[in-house]
Order: sequence, then C-alpha cells, then structure tokens
Amino acid sequence: MFLLRRLLQAIPVLLVTAFLSFAAFRFIGDPVQSMLGQDATAADRAELMAALGLDQPFPVQFWNFIVNVLHGDFGFSTRIGQPVLGLILDRLPATLELAVLSFVVALALGMILGVTTALKPQSWISRTVMAGSLIGVSLPNFLIGIGLIYVFSVQLGWLPAFGRGETVQIGWWSTGLLTVSGWKAILLPAISLSLFQVTLILRLVRAEMTEVLHSDHIRFARARGLPDRMVNFRYALKNTLVPVITVSGLQLGSIIAFAVVTETVFQWPGIGLLFINSVNFSDVPIMATYLLLTAVLFVVINLIVDLLYYLFDPRLRVKAAGR
Amino acid sequence: MSTPSKPSLWARFRASDLGHAFLRSPGAMIAFGLLVLIMLAALFAPLIAPQDLRDATSFDLMDGFTPPFSANEFTGNFYLLGTDDQGRDMLSAVLFGLRASLIVGICAVALSALIGVTLGLIAGYAGGRVDAVIMRAADVQLAIPGILVALLIFGLTRSLLPTGLRDAMAIYVVILAIGLSDWVSYARTVRSAAMVEMRREYIQAAIMMGRPPRAILRRHLLPNVARPIFVIATINFALAVIAESTLSYLGAGLPPTQPSLGTLIRIGQQFLFSGEWWLLFFPGCVLLVLALSINLLGDWLRDTLNPRAVK
Repeated sequence: MFLLRRLLQAIPVLLVTAFLSFAAFRFIGDPVQSMLGQDATAADRAELMAALGLDQPFPVQFWNFIVNVLHGDFGFSTRIGQPVLGLILDRLPATLELAVLSFVVALALGMILGVTTALKPQSWISRTVMAGSLIGVSLPNFLIGIGLIYVFSVQLGWLPAFGRGETVQIGWWSTGLLTVSGWKAILLPAISLSLFQVTLILRLVRAEMTEVLHSDHIRFARARGLPDRMVNFRYALKNTLVPVITVSGLQLGSIIAFAVVTETVFQWPGIGLLFINSVNFSDVPIMATYLLLTAVLFVVINLIVDLLYYLFDPRLRVKAAGR
Repeated sequence: MSTPSKPSLWARFRASDLGHAFLRSPGAMIAFGLLVLIMLAALFAPLIAPQDLRDATSFDLMDGFTPPFSANEFTGNFYLLGTDDQGRDMLSAVLFGLRASLIVGICAVALSALIGVTLGLIAGYAGGRVDAVIMRAADVQLAIPGILVALLIFGLTRSLLPTGLRDAMAIYVVILAIGLSDWVSYARTVRSAAMVEMRREYIQAAIMMGRPPRAILRRHLLPNVARPIFVIATINFALAVIAESTLSYLGAGLPPTQPSLGTLIRIGQQFLFSGEWWLLFFPGCVLLVLALSINLLGDWLRDTLNPRAVK
C-alpha cells in the first residue's frame, strides 16, 4: 500500500519532466534543420516532418515521444550524429563505478570520523577534523580536485591526472576496476567526489551519536558494566543508522550530479562529461535525455530510501498497519 | 541644557544584539574585513587594474607567460602577478574576474529573491490549489541539485540564442540560470511566514476594507515577512558565487573574453603541467578566500539571528 502510494505520487513528476524534455527536443534547436543541413528544399522539409511525425497534432506528438522513450529511442545527438542511448550506455559504466566507489569511501570515512569526533569531542584529532570539514563544505569542489591533481600528479607524480587508465570489457560493461592503472586513475576522482559527502555524513553521525550517547539506555548499558566497545557500537551506533541511511541515500543522487564537475576536472569519460560537452555545444537531444534520466534516477532513489526507512524503522510499519 | 544627541549609526550598531555578537566573534570580524576588502577591490577594479581587459589593444603577445614578481625577458615590462599566454596582466584579470563573479552573484541573488518572495507571497496569500501547485514545483526542484538545474537552464537558454550573440549574452544567461535554480528557499520561508500573518487581524481588516490583493501583498504582507529574507540572501550569495565559478569552470559560464574567477581557473588548469602555475594559483586563491569569508559570515549570521529561520 505504502509503496503503491509512493509510486502514484512519482508519476506526475515524471510526466512533467518528460513534457519539459519533449518541449526542449521539439522547440529548441530545430531537429529538422539539424538533420537536413542548410540547403534543403521546402519539399524535403515537409517529407521529413511527415516521416518524423512532426506534422501531427501536439498531444499525438507527445504521446509518440513517450512511446519512443519507453522503447529506448531518445533520438540522435546533433553533434556526434549517433543515437543518444548508445552514447550514454557507453559512458554509463565509468560514471557508475566512480559514483559507487566514492559513495563507499564517503560512507566509510564519514562514519569513522563521525564516531571518533562524537566519542572524543575534545581531542585534537576531533578539532582538526571539524575545522577541516568546515573548510571542505565551503570550498568549491573543483578547487579541491585541482589541488589534488597538483599535489599527487604534478608534484609527486604518483597518480594520473586524467582519464580512466586501462579498461577491461565484460559484455557491454567496460570496467577499470580490474587493472592497476584503472585503480590508480579512479583514486583521485573518487576521493574528490566523496569529500562533500564525507563532511555531510560526518556531521550527521556526530550529531546523532552525541545525542544517543546522552540517552538513558546508553547510561543503563554502561551501568551494567558492558564493555565500552559494545556500548558504543552495538547500542549507540545502531541507533544513529536510520537518519544516516536516509541522508546518504538521498546524497547518492547528488553524487551523480556533482560527478559532472569531478568528471570535468579529471577528464573522466562518463556521462557527466558527455553532458557538459552537450551543454557547451548546444546538443539539445543529449541535454533533454539527461534531464529525463536524472528525473527518473531521483524518483527511484527517493523511492528506495523511503522503502529502506520503512524496513529499518519498525515504528513506521506499526503505524501503517494500525491505520 | 544640551539636548541629548541622536546616537550615531555606529553607537546603535554596538548597542544592538547583532553588533554585540559581532564584536565578540573574531572569526566574523576577520571574514567581514576580508569581504569588505574584496568588495572594494572589485568595485574599483577599473581604477586599480594596470590593464583594461575589455580593450584588446592594451596587452601585447610579446609579454606572454611573464612569471610573477619579475620583468619580461624580451620586453622588460614588469607584471606583479605575471601574464597569461596572451600577455594579459594577471592582476588585472583577477580583479576584473572578481568583479564579474560578484556582479553575477549579486544579480542572481536579487533575481531568485524576487521570484521566490513573489511566489511565496502568492502561495501564502492564495492558499488552496495555487499554493499546492507552487509548492509541488518547489519540491520537485529541491529534489534535483541546484548546479544541475542551472546547467540545464544555461544549456537550453543558450541553444535558443543565435550563435553570434552567445558570448555577449553569456553573463545574462548565467544570472538567469543561477537565479532560477535558487528560488525555493525564499518561497518556502516567505510562504510559511505569510500563512501565519494571514490569520492576523490587520490582514483580515484590510481584506474586509476591500483593499485589492496586490496592495495587500505589497503593503501589508511583504513588510511583515521581510526579516528572514536577508539571512537567506546572505547564505545564498555564497552559494551563488560558488555556483557561478563552478559553471564558468565547466565552460558553461562566462567566456574567456570576459572572464570570471571560474573561467580564469579553467584556463589556468591547462597550463598546470607546463609549469605556469601563476595562471591558476592567483585566481584560485582569491576564490578560496572569497568563498571561505562569505561562508563564515553567512554561518555566523544564521546562528546569531535565528538558527531555525532557514530551511
């Protein structure tokens, strides 16, 4: 029931974005002109318009657009002249590997640092971490990326500054995670992309942990003489997980968004770089498709987070059943 | 008998809560001082800068790649912060870039405040279906990160322009893109404040007297919900400056002919491996100081004025 209601709420959002990207396709950057070139006759034009279904009434065109999209047909890129779907699928593995790795880094680092600063708020480690996280939040992400390149690529020469390294093809998926050069190449972008998330998760874990550590059940557990380790991790940390999951899950979407910036800094051949190039060269079909895919992605992520919430917090289930 | 003199602005500031908190916070004072310095430098850029970047005849290709703090080995011209590949003085480039970044930031904040406050007032005043539509739109936009929205607006708007005009219009398109991507926080705050005010008697009285809706919105509602708008605007100014530099860095912002800090960093990164570090270093440092000081000041202002006013 819960899930069904969520799904129904998502449909209007998707329809609106579909309409926006359809409008972009149709009215910005004349598709007929870009396919025919400059010197086409009016007859050629009419013929192509009929072939593409552009002479039909507006609602019919919109319907055809949705049918095409559901069949995976997003039209042709005006700059590269290939189907948009193929271009995106080619670059999807690079972005997904980068996003997932930096998400894992962010979650691990954020939790560790968050727990550390919550348990020992006065130690110099905690103070350094907190000051660093303040600076990390306020700096533009690309500046940090460039700084990493300067230190590790230009000065030390340890890691490559751009590209993906060697990739291995598994079916249609090209992975960089099976070669040494691939791992070397992904390290800097993943760290740079994760930094914003690290500071966010760190602050959240710290705030939640501090609150939980002062609650009665923790004091009782200490009074029973349970070992510190068990109290801190089994009792305290577990209670902070629900908000952490929600927020970091929602952040997965913004990782994909910020990947646009990181991919530009490190010239990482993913969909973010494809999107930026399409913005710079006014390649409307790719922009419109990206808009649509991002909307779907965000709706799906929100759904999954809601579902996880539901699974991790039994109180919600009881409430739903009681209604 | 002497009449009690009216307290000066400074005395009133010192006596206020805000002034009191300000004088006790060294962080806020340093940030404010740096920001004032940066603002002045940007304001007087045409007077301070040794070169006028808008005039292509004022720089010489022969002066290209002069290192900072030294004279060019061929022409003997001295440049404090060095020159770029085209012989442009970096000091002038940074000053004008700073100016461009701040202009875009201020205009974008003004635009988003205008849109957000108007929509928030209308939503709070009208309620019902109008309110639902505006707030749903706000929810959808809030779900997608601002930088993506700004990129999409920039890309699509630019595609509408004829090719020759794209560089000249870039600054307006950037302002539009950032302004449109940032209105939600104003709309939400103003709406909830307006909904509270709507139940008050003076608004009810104004409605009873048959004041037209426009007058009620502008004369009665707006002045009473204005306070939190300024806090949001300060914080959003930091976000707008960072958004602008990011867009320009990505190449979806100001063109190299009228660079902002982001554009300069984008250009400078191309020379990172060939050793011309100053092309990247100086604009990077200025952006760093700018971003840090606005953020520190914004955080401090939010904590001091009202911790719960924003979002």
